[in-house]
Amino acid sequence: MVKKWRIVAFFLIVILLGGLMSQTAMGIAKNINLGLDLQGGFEILYEIEPADSEQDEVTEEMLNATVSALDQRVNALGVSEPYISIEGEDRIRVQLAGVEDQQTAREMLSTEADLTFRDTDDNLLLSGDSLEEGGASLEFDAQSNEPVVAITLEDSEEFGEASQHVIEEFSPPDDRLVIWLDFDEDEHSYEEEVMEEDPEFLSAPGFPRGPLYTSNVQIEGGFSVEEAEFLAEVLNAGSLPVDMEEIYSNAVGASLGEQAMESTIYAGFIGVALILGYMMVYYRFMGIIAAITLAAYIYIVLAIFQWMQGVLTLPGIAALILGVGMAVDANIITYERIKEELKYGRSVMSAFKAGSRKSLSTILDANITTILAAGVLFYYGDSAVQGFAVMLIVSIITSFLTAVYGSRLLLGFWVKSRVFNKKPRVFGVKESEIREL
Amino acid sequence: MNFNFERKNINFVKHRKLFFTIPAAIALIGIILLSTLGLNLGIDFESGSRVEVMSEETLTADEVYDEFASIGYEPDDITMAGDDNEMAHARFIGVLDQGEIAEIQEHFTEEYGAEPSVGTVSPQVGQELAMNALISVMIASVGIIIYVSIRFEFLYGLAAILALLHDAFFIITVFSLTQLEVNIPFIAAVLTIVGYSINDTIVTFDRIRENMKNAEVIETFDDLAKIVNTSLLQTLARSINTVLTVVFAAGAIFLLGGEGIRTFAFALLIGLVAGTYSSLFLASQVWLVWKGKQLERRKQKEALAETEGEA
Repeated sequence: MVKKWRIVAFFLIVILLGGLMSQTAMGIAKNINLGLDLQGGFEILYEIEPADSEQDEVTEEMLNATVSALDQRVNALGVSEPYISIEGEDRIRVQLAGVEDQQTAREMLSTEADLTFRDTDDNLLLSGDSLEEGGASLEFDAQSNEPVVAITLEDSEEFGEASQHVIEEFSPPDDRLVIWLDFDEDEHSYEEEVMEEDPEFLSAPGFPRGPLYTSNVQIEGGFSVEEAEFLAEVLNAGSLPVDMEEIYSNAVGASLGEQAMESTIYAGFIGVALILGYMMVYYRFMGIIAAITLAAYIYIVLAIFQWMQGVLTLPGIAALILGVGMAVDANIITYERIKEELKYGRSVMSAFKAGSRKSLSTILDANITTILAAGVLFYYGDSAVQGFAVMLIVSIITSFLTAVYGSRLLLGFWVKSRVFNKKPRVFGVKESEIREL
Repeated sequence: MNFNFERKNINFVKHRKLFFTIPAAIALIGIILLSTLGLNLGIDFESGSRVEVMSEETLTADEVYDEFASIGYEPDDITMAGDDNEMAHARFIGVLDQGEIAEIQEHFTEEYGAEPSVGTVSPQVGQELAMNALISVMIASVGIIIYVSIRFEFLYGLAAILALLHDAFFIITVFSLTQLEVNIPFIAAVLTIVGYSINDTIVTFDRIRENMKNAEVIETFDDLAKIVNTSLLQTLARSINTVLTVVFAAGAIFLLGGEGIRTFAFALLIGLVAGTYSSLFLASQVWLVWKGKQLERRKQKEALAETEGEA
């Protein structure tokens, strides 16, 4: 007797699954964070050294302070998914995906935010330590309406003395107070920079009306509004307690990233279509079941990946497509086993049961060894390889669930409904191949 | 459609000497290639800078070279890429600094309308990456040997690692021969193949183990050989189908995937070929030889014990 309700249950599950997937798949796909190799952006690995030359070791405290200062700067940039992490003992990795203006972002990150006031002989008169905390802001000059950065000093006396110094010690046109950001003794000098069209210092105001005893200072640097705003934010965030040196960097242009993603996804579709087609030709009815579980597999992997807030990279997409291969393998092992049992003359029902049972330990061993390799990759790999490893692990676990249990459940509905009793051809086994018991 | 291997009398075991000779010869060639040509290490493992530019039109290496020259840079190597040669990869030996990167990016964005990608690696980081990759393969191998030894027995684990090293070394040999660039994704590909290779070998071993359990007498080498051959035939259809499906995926990525992932896919394809060879012709056969020797030793011991007992 054929049990029809099992077949009805099969179609119900497939329709429900199909409905759920078609409704939510686009939303999930859109919410997945793309790595910078897919959407453009850049990644920099900095090596940290203490700014204070008396200290020779980088402390954990220093690293944490640097990370939070960088974090504040990145926020000022308005990057949605920044990734800043400490690596090893003295390294910090910054990844900014989808940044439109890479140049500004790079400059903003690496500035030490070390504001200094110097005379035209480059002698230090006032340092950033004299700034009042949180005292920098964007303002517009009352006369020219140009954007300027207004800063508040802790002590008006200090600034007055500095202005007094330049007026007394220098004669025009060198009686100026030069304001520098990140002054480097080996590289910068007022004498050279003042000749340049676009000097490295921010500004060099003079004091035509005598020394100024004030704590409110305006820095005019011919800024754009964004630049002035950023400088103010950086000054408020505080200078970095360390010197940073780029030791690795990777910048991907947005259109290059997009192109890589499009062609890889296209290749993925073709590859998956080929696999599904082959499965259906070779395994007939079981191939159709495999196709359903594979669709569920891809959907679930993407859903888990989005939920984990994983970052999808190019190698990650490769891992996903390779995971399809693993999921197919689990199906193939089971189906081959079922076919074999059918050829030994077992009934469809008992071949299904024996085949599922015997293939399980094989699939388990094969998957665990691969997870082992992926785990090592995750632990030792750099960030791109890690993306690959995470995807591989998620893929293997999901493929195990869908290809073993999903496939078993769906195929079970049909087998147990008994419609296929005495019809081994449905499973790709000819009557002539069955050995007589 | 069906593969009916079990009914055909294919004897895998008989030609095992030939099967061992081929990998041995390839290993020899590999060692010679590596010591002469070496590998074409990308900047991921050495140090230097890489600039990737893309234009809307077809480019030539000379054009790109001139563009770099016009802003005062001299690339050490330029390779063209893309379907219509609209992309170019330029390599510099030194590490470009922030200002230089800015200048290059600005210039090419203006000229070609797309922002170029720039990567730099300092010597120290490059060496660390290579070391980490090597260490991870070693650790993975040890982990796999331990796992297989627990689930099966030590001889299976040893044979599986031999197959694994064969596959990894084969990929490296081909990359030395073709002088394709070795980069981080290459390492990922080798490690994936390591996973697949072990996966493939385990499936066959699993069947050998099962057939060993069901066998009534295993006294001679021929008994063992028969079991190994039957197991190989029983799993052959699965081996072929699995490799075919993965080749579909890797092949599609190789032919149609993005530029950056092409070498990765190529390494995978080579690895799959090597992996199939090693699990069919190497791992099980090596295990057979070792197990056969173990069997003989045991027999000798028993015989010795018997003669002693009689005396």
